[in-house]
Amino acid sequence: MSDITRDDVAHLARLARLAVTDDELDTFSRQIDAIVDTVSAVGDIPDDIPPTAQVVPRTNVLRPDTTEPSLPRETALAGAPAAEEGRFRVPRILGEEL
Amino acid sequence: MSEASAATGGQSELISLDAGELARRIHAREVSSVEVTRAHLERIEAVDGPGGVHAFLHVDAEGALAAAEAVDRAVAEGGPVSPLAGVPVAVKDNMTTTDMPTTCASAILDGWRPPYDATVVARLRAAGLIPLGKTNLDEFAMGSSTENSAFGTTRNPWDLARIPGGSGGGSSAAVAAGEAPLALGSDTGGSIRQPGAVTGTVGVKPTYGTVSRYGLVAFSSSLDQIGPCARSVLDAALLHEVIGGHDPRDQTSVDGPLPPVVEAALAGARGDLAGVRVGIVTQFSGEGYQPGVLAAFTDAVRVLGELGADVVEVSCPSFSYALPAYYLIAPSEASSNLARFDAMRYGLRVGDDGSQSTDEVMSQTREKGFGAEVKRRIMIGTHALSAGSYDALYGKALKARTLIVRDFTAAFETCDVLVSPTTPTTAFPIGERTDDPLAMYLADLCTIPSNLAGNAALSVPCGLAADDQLPVGMQIMAPALADDRAYRVAAAYETARASASDAGPRIPELRALEGSR
Repeated sequence: MSDITRDDVAHLARLARLAVTDDELDTFSRQIDAIVDTVSAVGDIPDDIPPTAQVVPRTNVLRPDTTEPSLPRETALAGAPAAEEGRFRVPRILGEEL
Repeated sequence: MSEASAATGGQSELISLDAGELARRIHAREVSSVEVTRAHLERIEAVDGPGGVHAFLHVDAEGALAAAEAVDRAVAEGGPVSPLAGVPVAVKDNMTTTDMPTTCASAILDGWRPPYDATVVARLRAAGLIPLGKTNLDEFAMGSSTENSAFGTTRNPWDLARIPGGSGGGSSAAVAAGEAPLALGSDTGGSIRQPGAVTGTVGVKPTYGTVSRYGLVAFSSSLDQIGPCARSVLDAALLHEVIGGHDPRDQTSVDGPLPPVVEAALAGARGDLAGVRVGIVTQFSGEGYQPGVLAAFTDAVRVLGELGADVVEVSCPSFSYALPAYYLIAPSEASSNLARFDAMRYGLRVGDDGSQSTDEVMSQTREKGFGAEVKRRIMIGTHALSAGSYDALYGKALKARTLIVRDFTAAFETCDVLVSPTTPTTAFPIGERTDDPLAMYLADLCTIPSNLAGNAALSVPCGLAADDQLPVGMQIMAPALADDRAYRVAAAYETARASASDAGPRIPELRALEGSR
């Protein structure tokens, strides 16, 4: 059994920046426990099998280091929830507790 | 034309024609692209509204008609036009479009207008196709039924009480209902093929890396692949060649020639499969498979044999790990990819009242903006990647992936293509699996291995299940960069089936909503 508890889900939600409700904690802990239990079937696989993270046999695809046009500032800011003086405006980031 | 089609639920003859035939008529000036586009817009108007199919989240009639006029002018001037110029197409709403919103069917992106076009969208426009609108999906393409859309479920045109598959249920349903002759989907674990199967349409997942994903909102980057949805194998191939090929903007893009899929579809349609070795994957049958699905599949395989194929059975024992591995790898990658939705640069922001920190605003926005399945997957991925679980979960899933690749490699040593039912059951009733995520995940059982291995796979309609009269799909899998093999076999089968007496209607009976509901 995977034994994912309500507290575990609360911890995962915090890590993932999801302000889940109490009701959701009940539902999600039950569902995630069942899902993790099922997917744990991969545990049977021997350790000496090499991993495959992706299937395209290439690495480090680089483009020439040349200047190209980028998005105009107003276009980049057009979808922003808040903008000010040509920049993204964000809530306070200092003094917060993690 | 307008009056006639209004009386028949937008049932102009034009909505039932193949894309290739529409293009031929447009280019021969037998019909204009504007007329073709208008016929499809009328069909959407007639069948897509409340209580109807609800394949579209956004329709851009004005933009579509303007694009159609431009093609008609080019045709009138006698200039060269590309093979599908003037043909309408629908685009899954997880691909960016500058002239239409891109929502991924999520509240967190409600109304968002991207600053750039996805490469595939740019290629559609450059080839003169007419984007009609954006189609519904499970939120961020996570699901098998479109029930996870924040903007309502799409309904299956064959039975409006049933799901159209997912995540690309909107694209496949639009094609099935005659609302668009072509559509783009994206397939991470079956999201093009499974909706294709349950709506009686063709859906293709090309080899990983052969269609650019620049501008596709990322779900699981090592699995995601854009591909075509159509009503015929040749139409899918024609669209495939429009969107495929190298793109320097996608680092995983394969820098080489695209497999000759149109040529393969044309060759296949001549109906000769002599010498083609077809392997039936024995793991994809038995418990959990609907008898009507297995019977239709078995009959389809019999037809392949009649066309000259050598049919054998092959065992891929590691495929039993595919579903667990997928539901670790995809959520892990999703938990990372969806970190970009942070309420800072675009999309929804909740709780920014001056008193709350960035961290609080972020958490509240993501809580409000994401639906339950997306949250579940983000948390499962966060768990699988956490220090205490990484080796036992994510690490093992990557090892499972190796075994699955090895099974494919071994099978393709003795077979040219592998076949299976595309999905274990026909379309299930809306609501049946929404409270049971694990039951929902089973819909992707047969399609996931090809995503994990990155090879090519498609679903081609193989008639209706005898037990419920709903469409069944046959999946045809081919090695990476051998997409043409799958097209050849699918086209041969399709041609044989079209001449069979039980071929059935290609567009289901679907009455106009007005007056019928």
